[in-house]
Amino acid sequence: MNFDFSDDQKLLKEQVRKFLADKCPTKVVRRVLDGNETHADDVWKGLVDLGVPATGIPEAYGGLGLSPLEVCVIAEEIGRSAAPVPFDSSVVLATEALKLAGSDAQKKKWLSELASGKAIGTLAIAEGAQPPKPRSIRTTFGNGRLNGKKVPVIDGEAATFAIVLANTGGSGDRAVSLVIVDLAQAAVARKRVETIDPARKHAELTFTDATAELLGAEGEGWQLLERLYDAAAIYFAFAQVGGAEAAMWMARDYALQRQAFGRAIASYQAIKHKLADCYVKLELARSNAYYGAMMLTEGGADLPLAAAAARIAATEAYDFAAKENIQTHGGIGFTWEADTQFHYRRSRVMALSLGGPMAWKDKLVSRLEQKNAA
Amino acid sequence: MDFNDTPEEAAFRKEVRAWLDANATRKSDDTQSFRARNDDPGLLVKAREWQDKKAKAGYARITWPKEFGGRGASPILQVIYQQEEANYLVPLGFFDIGLGMCIPTMMAYAGPEHLKRYVKPALHGQEIWCQLFSEPAAGSDVAGIRTKAERDGDGWVINGQKVWTSGAHYSDFGIVITRTDPNVPKHAGLTMFFLDMKSPGVEVRPIKQMSGGANFNEVFFTNVRVPDSQRLGKVGEGWKAALTTLMNERLAVGLPSGGLDIDELMELARETELEDGPAIRNQTVRSKIADWYVQQQGLKLTRYRTLTALSKGQTPGPESSIIKIVAAPKMQDMGAFAMELMGPAGIMKEGIPHAGGFQAQWIGGAGFRIAGGTDEILRNIVAERVLGMPADVRVDKDVPFNQLGKK
Repeated sequence: MNFDFSDDQKLLKEQVRKFLADKCPTKVVRRVLDGNETHADDVWKGLVDLGVPATGIPEAYGGLGLSPLEVCVIAEEIGRSAAPVPFDSSVVLATEALKLAGSDAQKKKWLSELASGKAIGTLAIAEGAQPPKPRSIRTTFGNGRLNGKKVPVIDGEAATFAIVLANTGGSGDRAVSLVIVDLAQAAVARKRVETIDPARKHAELTFTDATAELLGAEGEGWQLLERLYDAAAIYFAFAQVGGAEAAMWMARDYALQRQAFGRAIASYQAIKHKLADCYVKLELARSNAYYGAMMLTEGGADLPLAAAAARIAATEAYDFAAKENIQTHGGIGFTWEADTQFHYRRSRVMALSLGGPMAWKDKLVSRLEQKNAA
Repeated sequence: MDFNDTPEEAAFRKEVRAWLDANATRKSDDTQSFRARNDDPGLLVKAREWQDKKAKAGYARITWPKEFGGRGASPILQVIYQQEEANYLVPLGFFDIGLGMCIPTMMAYAGPEHLKRYVKPALHGQEIWCQLFSEPAAGSDVAGIRTKAERDGDGWVINGQKVWTSGAHYSDFGIVITRTDPNVPKHAGLTMFFLDMKSPGVEVRPIKQMSGGANFNEVFFTNVRVPDSQRLGKVGEGWKAALTTLMNERLAVGLPSGGLDIDELMELARETELEDGPAIRNQTVRSKIADWYVQQQGLKLTRYRTLTALSKGQTPGPESSIIKIVAAPKMQDMGAFAMELMGPAGIMKEGIPHAGGFQAQWIGGAGFRIAGGTDEILRNIVAERVLGMPADVRVDKDVPFNQLGKK
């Protein structure tokens, strides 16, 4: 039985943790939240120097060629610090999409730029109010030209390229394809959109005859996206676990120090049991996330099921810890000056970005039905 | 990451399998079991035979030192033995409390002559032990016990009542926690003994549970004489000895095995027609199934993390403390939900497939949430031991036991 990370992986985790504790304390999250910058570029550059974006990229494309397990331990630390950097967008979504669907030439170009930190990538799926579905995508791609509007796009301003879900004229699920588009062209307009988490900036991207190319085969966009989301769900789960743990300890620390009715509020069962529940949810999430990481690394048959379970457990753990952290703080936790808001905001962004728990629970049961039928 | 055995573990597993194949019948499917009807004398005879066989082969208590009939081996090998044994049709459960809790406490406190006398018969299933801790007025607050032991010449006289004593009706010996000094605060006035359950003045009465089963007992002590040589630990240090016992209880990380789970719930949801089609297509039903699946997997995988630490010779982390907090309410809630899917007939005890199994979970879950640490006490333990939060305010901490409740 070896259901744990290796000593080397734990060492890497510790290294990233120390770096972020030093370079990305909560005042950096606040700086981005309150300010105009697209992300904390100083922290991001430091992460690039540490080799973070290169970690999961094969050596043939300029990366470090490490396994998903190394990316998972990094994700947990990014989540713990709520770092305002394009990790989920670039290191997870764009990188994984290229690894999954990119041609050799595309990987050579984009993955090596991602690895070196020259490029920041993002994924552009949603088009406003409705949850994205193949039939609802209005952005079109044909004859090498991309037209339409995507919103919200995480890191849409900071990104140098985007992977976009576009209608390519097929029917049903085959109506859509993934395309890759360089954002440094006049045919792309970007506009910041306000969201619930100003520490992670989002944008609206408008494409008017933008030059783009297919990523993966035409008509396979939806299927690729499902697979991409399975991998992403696992990396996100680690980030959510890190965030949940941070929120839980923040609440614990405050409860130890805050006095009410003549004693620390941490001595009341109402608070103790609430935080014990945070721990229970956290450990359920961690265990499910570990299995996801294992399946991702092995390419195991249980990957879709493990990804859904990790996604559901981690989303619940982070949501719960983030909201009960504010509750434990009481009034001060609801002020702008309190750090509690960072995890509350981030937990909701992460819960919605790959589709919410309701959709994943439905997927999980479908996958369970398929497994049982097999 | 993998779930594989180390070469040493794999070799041991192979050896265990070969021995089990030669000595027991393999289950044809998971649902087969020796029904743990503790009141069936025939079952106890078979259980003693199986225990003796295991002990002779060195599988009865793998982690114990060789001098006591163990192998002095790592806890992971004990787990591997149990994993393999679970695939065979063998009678289990009678010796767990004795070998898991009572005898380890004896090893910590009893003298060599007592160990020489008692360990071997317990290991071989000839003598069964029970643990006499809980009382009507001392459940979660077990240090609040009132059963008293008073000095009388070179011995002690015990009077009082214990409750929830598993297996007392077939036990030969027991370890008992008593109050020897009511003039000091509650933890300071306790002393532990072991005693012969056939001693004059010991009366065992079974408790019929809400589920209909009767695995537990009330035990009454009326002027029961115990020699001082059967005292475990010093006078007034019984709480320390009790913690040794309870710590061993905690080492027995376990999930309730067998029983209906997600697969059966899904089967039920496929077969149940709701107004808008099969229940399995209903989003509320799907959402609940998903939640319980995530919990079921989470518990299994959490246990794998604990086993990983054992396999590496490390002390497991606190993660296993979540297991019963999740498993017990899940059992209760899932049972209740499955019954709901069956409609009004969900209350019927016959004629409805799986109804009995889910009803048993619904009923049993209510007890499981209390046994071996209530949901509330377990949350306290997580908060205090894992999260480092303060213990509850204890108004009885510095008050002599016999002054409690008096103004």
